[in-house]
Amino acid sequence: MTGFPLYLATRLGQFALVVFIGINIAFIVTHATPINPVEQSIAAATQFGSTSPEAIALMRQSLKELYGLEGGIGAQYIAFWRRVAVGDFGPSLSAFPTPVSTLIGRALPWTVGLLVISILLTWTLGNLLGGLAGYFRDSRSLRLAGIIAMGFHPIPYYIVALILLIVFGYLWPVLPISGGYMMNMPRELSWAFLGSLATHSILPILSLVLVGLGGWFMGMRSLVSNVVTEDYVTYAELGGVARSRILASYVMRNALMPQVTGLAMSLGAIFNGAIITEQVFGYPGIGSLLVSAVHAGDYSLVLGITTVSILSVSVAVLLIDLLYPLLDPRVRAR
Amino acid sequence: MWTVLRDLLRHNRQFAVGVVLLAVVIGFAALSLVSPYPPNDSFVVPPDVPPSLAYPMGTTSRGQDVFWLLTFSIRNTLLFGITVAVLSRLLALTIGLVAGYSGGLIDRALMSLNDTFIVIPLFPILVLFYFVMRDHMSWGLLALMMACLGWAYDARLIRSMAMSLRQREFTDTAIFSGMSMRQILIGEHLPYVLPIVFSTTMNNINWSIGLEVTLSVLGFTDINTPTIGVLIYWANQHTAMVAGIWWWILFPVLLVVITFVGLFLLAVSMNEHIDPRSRLGRIT
Repeated sequence: MTGFPLYLATRLGQFALVVFIGINIAFIVTHATPINPVEQSIAAATQFGSTSPEAIALMRQSLKELYGLEGGIGAQYIAFWRRVAVGDFGPSLSAFPTPVSTLIGRALPWTVGLLVISILLTWTLGNLLGGLAGYFRDSRSLRLAGIIAMGFHPIPYYIVALILLIVFGYLWPVLPISGGYMMNMPRELSWAFLGSLATHSILPILSLVLVGLGGWFMGMRSLVSNVVTEDYVTYAELGGVARSRILASYVMRNALMPQVTGLAMSLGAIFNGAIITEQVFGYPGIGSLLVSAVHAGDYSLVLGITTVSILSVSVAVLLIDLLYPLLDPRVRAR
Repeated sequence: MWTVLRDLLRHNRQFAVGVVLLAVVIGFAALSLVSPYPPNDSFVVPPDVPPSLAYPMGTTSRGQDVFWLLTFSIRNTLLFGITVAVLSRLLALTIGLVAGYSGGLIDRALMSLNDTFIVIPLFPILVLFYFVMRDHMSWGLLALMMACLGWAYDARLIRSMAMSLRQREFTDTAIFSGMSMRQILIGEHLPYVLPIVFSTTMNNINWSIGLEVTLSVLGFTDINTPTIGVLIYWANQHTAMVAGIWWWILFPVLLVVITFVGLFLLAVSMNEHIDPRSRLGRIT
């Protein structure tokens, strides 16, 4: 096997490994607990408000199944995998008896939308600015842009989101700071609703972009400043090729490859950032759902979200990996 | 080594600024040794006093002096970051050096494992971990967990260096003179990768502090050990922002941002120093 089939096989193998290890970690973590998880979950879930004894009995039964506390550790392990394969995490405890998959299905589009838009923005903008900064080393404004991007880079998502919240929520309240759209607005395809969606997503996206920009900027700048010293670039310059053409198809195109790999590798970290940001701005995605699930003591929901997160991030990484040969002809030719 | 540090201080502005920022933070953390109040006592001072001469950073709604509470918090936060960094460094060094030296099947197996840990979203896993541990969750346990999850980026970097070291002549000489793999890795290869490890350690401390702050702010850690995140957690619990007690949030955020920027500048400038190409770029 050579060329593309080999590449495809290794990527698929890596994908399977990520899913396998991720799910195993989730299994080990849930079984490492020194406490009785079933009673604890029931106590936490029924802490507020009254629940009928029948519902509690039902909960106890489904919890026992869910934790897989029946049978030996081997049987538990197999049951756990079956659950993941089918995508059935049982009923949610805090929103009993709505299935966990329904709750996650409702929240997932929000997170995916937020992530796709902010990643596209961050990656494109960061690489473009970084490429320009690497090529035009003497530009003042690009250097300033670099300093700003690098200043935000080391600060974690939560702190940047919190700072934006303070600035736009209290000091200069022009943007909505909570929710996915205006409350009580009918969810229909109208301009008012779309506008509300857009304004509500500005701050979450902005905080993700601010944190993410610096990494791509710095990476691209140093890549481009290495490529610029290559002989073929000097030759193209001597041959009178237009500078814009050199930058676009001689320099940036080549420097872009490692950045695509970088995107695949940092997807997990970006996902972490997105769910934190969501929580800060009360955005109705996976992150908010996860935090409220923990506070409500909803074990099945927490486990379901963790598993779905692992699965969806690995699928996204696989997709990027599969796009890679389209950009890099060497993978196809080898 | 001292001359390198002196030269860096003198000629590299990023390094100098980073050192100064970190010195401020560490000095502040050291003040916790002379604090007049133990960290967990509440209502030792009047609550909700704005910053003044008596209380330079104001007091909290729980009757704590923000200044002294912050000294304990930043100390614990720094210690946490350093613990995670040291533990995960041990893992990263072992895996990176062994993979780079052995090559072949071992290398491929270790690197697939490595890529897996890079890709897996850690935050939901840490939340799940907190969820099952609950009250058993402690500072040390979280550090251990994060060290087990956070070694992958650097292992890859170390491995790529070890691979090129493997090709160098002195490695062959070492093998022919009968040194064992362990001796070669520790005695011959380790000194070469240490500088880059120092630089990535700073980034790793940043990473772990960032996650710790995030988890604590959400209340997903041991909320009785004061750290920066726990401090902000309690401020949020008392709705400090809405109540106008801005100093309870502002000073911790400010201090932790100083820490992040300081560590980051150190990492970047050390990286630049290690890479001779960028050092040349600085001269010309």
